Amino acid sequence: MSTTKKFLYVNRKAPYGTIYALESLEVVLIGAAFEQDVSLAFLDDGVFQLTKDQKTDGIGIKNFSPTYRALGDYDVTKLYVEKESLAERGLTAEDLQEIMYEDEDDDWEEKPSLRFVTRAEMADIMADQDVVLSF
Amino acid sequence: MSTLHTVNKSPFATQSLLSCLNHAKDGDAVLMIEDGVYGALSGSGMSEMVQAKAANVVIYVMSPDADARGLSADKMLAEVKGVDYAGFVNLVTEHDRTQSWL
Repeated sequence: MSTTKKFLYVNRKAPYGTIYALESLEVVLIGAAFEQDVSLAFLDDGVFQLTKDQKTDGIGIKNFSPTYRALGDYDVTKLYVEKESLAERGLTAEDLQEIMYEDEDDDWEEKPSLRFVTRAEMADIMADQDVVLSF
Repeated sequence: MSTLHTVNKSPFATQSLLSCLNHAKDGDAVLMIEDGVYGALSGSGMSEMVQAKAANVVIYVMSPDADARGLSADKMLAEVKGVDYAGFVNLVTEHDRTQSWL
């Protein structure tokens, strides 16, 4: 007998400068095979992972930002982004790439995966989990 | 006599840029590289301090690092100048020493 647990992957690091962002993405994709209730949180410098128009040709590192758009195919459809973290960095929702998923419970309608939440709401989301994985 | 300062950490994650700006002397240059390029963002909590310092210290950003992170020119402070890797080498030769703020 298997039970479903709520898993939260917490992303607080910018991409490319360290390996955390890429490693988090790898673990999310591996974990997706276990059919758990998965959410991702992006706060502090983690919001930089989602910026659009990333072009990495000049630094010789693979641009992994398109992978976030594939998460919906693995039933990872809840990407929580902290509003205060964006504002402190001079960013708005328009600076992030659009990430959509097809809702199988609603005639496969396309819906946004990014959910913008306040710091207080993020704290509630964290407190609601069974397992929290930090990157 | 002048110093080239390099900063490779996000100003929102560490105090490296803050400390660098507080120690850089007039006529020095500051080059933001790797995650340090986030220091060039406009409209952030760090923007005002970087803008003020730009009056006395030339501030550069490594363009390939900015491009990788999706920081287009319209998201960065007008006071910050873009350089490529060859420009980095030139900056090193033009200054008497290079100091890394890790």
